[in-house]
Amino acid sequence: MTLTSKLLRSAAAVALAAAVGAGAVAAEAATLRWSYQGDATTMDPHGLNETFTLGFQGNIYEPLVGYDKDLKLTPMLAERWENPEPNKWVFHLRKDVTFHNGNPFTADDVIFSWQRSLTEGSDMKGYGAKAEAVNKIDDHTVEVVTKSPNPILPREWVFLYMMDKEWSEANNTTEATNVKGSNQGNHANLHANGTGPFMLAERQPDVKTTLKRFADYWDKGIATNVTDVVFTPVTQPATRVAALLSGEMDVIQPVPVQDWDRLEKAPGVKPLTGAEARSIFIGMDQDRDELKYSSVKGKNPFKDARVREAVVRAVDVKAIDEKIMRGAAEPLGSLLAGPINGFDASFGTPYEPDPEKSKKLLAEAGYPNGFTVTLDCPNDRYVNDEKVCQAVAGMLARVGIKVDLLAQTKGKYFGKVLAQAGYDTSMYLLGWTPSSIDAHNSLLNLAACRNKDTQAGLFNLGGYCNPKVDELTHKVGSETDQAKRNAMIKEAFEIVRDDYGYLPLHAQPLSWGVREGVEVVQRADDVLDLRSAVVK
Amino acid sequence: MPTFILKRLLQSVLVILTVALIAFSLFRYVGDPINAMVGQDTTLAQREELKERLGLNDPFIVQYARFVVNAAQGEFGMSYRHRRPVSELLAERLPATLELSIVSMVLALALGVPMGVYTALKRNGVLAKTFMTVSLVGVSLPTFLIGILLILVFGVWLRWLPTFGRGAVVDLGWWTTGLLTKSGLQALILPAITLALFQMTLIMRLVRSEMLEVLRTDFIKFARARGLPDRLVNFRHALKNTLVPVITITGLQLGSIIAFAIITESVFQWPGMGLLFIQAISTVDIPVMAAYLCLIAFFFVIINLVVDLLYFAVDPRLRVGRALG
Repeated sequence: MTLTSKLLRSAAAVALAAAVGAGAVAAEAATLRWSYQGDATTMDPHGLNETFTLGFQGNIYEPLVGYDKDLKLTPMLAERWENPEPNKWVFHLRKDVTFHNGNPFTADDVIFSWQRSLTEGSDMKGYGAKAEAVNKIDDHTVEVVTKSPNPILPREWVFLYMMDKEWSEANNTTEATNVKGSNQGNHANLHANGTGPFMLAERQPDVKTTLKRFADYWDKGIATNVTDVVFTPVTQPATRVAALLSGEMDVIQPVPVQDWDRLEKAPGVKPLTGAEARSIFIGMDQDRDELKYSSVKGKNPFKDARVREAVVRAVDVKAIDEKIMRGAAEPLGSLLAGPINGFDASFGTPYEPDPEKSKKLLAEAGYPNGFTVTLDCPNDRYVNDEKVCQAVAGMLARVGIKVDLLAQTKGKYFGKVLAQAGYDTSMYLLGWTPSSIDAHNSLLNLAACRNKDTQAGLFNLGGYCNPKVDELTHKVGSETDQAKRNAMIKEAFEIVRDDYGYLPLHAQPLSWGVREGVEVVQRADDVLDLRSAVVK
Repeated sequence: MPTFILKRLLQSVLVILTVALIAFSLFRYVGDPINAMVGQDTTLAQREELKERLGLNDPFIVQYARFVVNAAQGEFGMSYRHRRPVSELLAERLPATLELSIVSMVLALALGVPMGVYTALKRNGVLAKTFMTVSLVGVSLPTFLIGILLILVFGVWLRWLPTFGRGAVVDLGWWTTGLLTKSGLQALILPAITLALFQMTLIMRLVRSEMLEVLRTDFIKFARARGLPDRLVNFRHALKNTLVPVITITGLQLGSIIAFAIITESVFQWPGMGLLFIQAISTVDIPVMAAYLCLIAFFFVIINLVVDLLYFAVDPRLRVGRALG
């Protein structure tokens, strides 16, 4: 394109903006055009426990206690809550809340929603199961009884949304949408009736979803001036970026890291970046007596802490951040990213890379010439995941560990490395955002010893196991004194660090593209809360 | 003739059964569907239970048999991801794909045939040479790249046309069409060109070479000797005789346009069956994949049948042959 035509077009745009400017101020309608790489899977708040789906639904449905822009707890449908006894939480509900259909929100709806979260098709059973009973004290007070002391119940229920009992019964959707058996694809899959600031106006899965502002929303103080939302999933990153550049979109998520320069140079748009709450790390099989995919036979080198340290010291996470993430990732020394409750710099700072020491450690451990191992890696799940794996492979090769990289699409990757496939991996790259934004979830899933009965260590794909960490994890789970709890979290992660249990890499960058004149808060869990969206 | 059609339809059932068998034998290698269906807090026991309920632990031949039995009753199952009947999903997406494919094919024919004739008649003309050179671009550039280039030029730089989606559609009850709204037509232009470009160059080159061959034959020379006007010779006699291979190729290409609209659809976020299929692959949505593959196989069979019938209409020799036989 020539410079002249560009200038002409800008001039025309300015003239046009001036012409409609007066009208735009008077008119109150503001539409936000928004795109993500996929669609919210379902409108059923108990359908799928996945961040984007729940984050999207969070504009329509609401929990008792929610997250603010910094992922700190904030009152939503409950105006306050307390923990009078270790096994009991009491929530005081707001009195002025109505659902989109005009029904008042009461304690019965809380009890109903909790029961619904435990039905067969629900993917929120794990959260529902935290409570043994939910009792109605009065119309606007509920009491939640837990099996064991639970210090973080309000946090764990941040994504347990409240539905209208009456509406659900009238529409025959008192059980969660189920993919098999009875109650397949029921009313709530495509329709919604929440208490949130936006109502579902039109739902075409994978094509287009439109939301309309709910006039009677209880919180008059939210920042947004948006009255209509048009959400369109766009799968291809290049198409998504083009839609922003061509002025057809106001907000897009995510933008490929390599397109940031383009967005910065283009007029009228900008990249919006920050560190995500998701940590990316590499795990090693420390469980099998012989690695499944390695040149070493008869023993497992990763059982030797010296070999694990050699792996950790060989990798320069700062270089990976600079070269592959354009400096936008947050290099990490643990499985926790900065915004997670319980994070502490004592274990969070990255390890000092030292390839010479790595070579020495390998020689001491009996591998002076290194060895070969296969690294499993997804290529479409995390930001630049395959490139990160390639970089790690290159760094490990320098100290003699030859890595065969097996990078594949997420469906195949997860089908191989997860518990259902018997942890079929010797070394893998994984990312983790604790759904409660609390360290206990990370400890329990990633660092506790694997235990089929208690579900501990379900995503501890390498089988790292230290009984002391295991014990601390279970204590953290029920310690209600926050100071003591944080001290135990710190101790546990310091042990994992000293054990070289994992090779932590970074908190991956969030990467959105925004049209100038649009303001949104970028939450560290990658959720766009429309309550914050302002369109000028 | 009716026996002929019936025979072909029976064959089509066999083709579809075979396609489904191959598909099911391959589904074991596409990954674990459960992981895309549940969140990270779902316990192992719940995952196993879901897998069992969906029948994913059965050997593939059992899964295949179950699919065939259900499909025979018109039941294609529920999409794992959408939690809606697959038949409903496909019916929703079919209009988008068919509209795009047919518009592309019409575009390819409407431009490709005249260009082919022209380049055959004016072999050394400047315009003909330009067509031939440009057509090389059409055959050699991958669809993906053409789509992205068009988006960049007409969407991002010039801002003339939308870069994604189908625009506003009109719902006719049994069909949704984008052909009746301005934004729908605008949205159709870039993907239709992307999809048509390769077909157009193929048809042009085919018509050209067939024409060159026919033009050398005796009956054309005689026609000219009889003093028939050029227009009549070229279009009535020469072109008509090049049509049999053109119909064959066009028919087969229509099938592949429908099947391979996948790439164009995903570049332009065109809400058709191809996009549905690609998303089904990434989430290992087996019921959608199985039904889509069978449907595409069915399309190919039907198109081939139509092509065979068209031969009779175009080529009198075939009709005579059958009448005598």
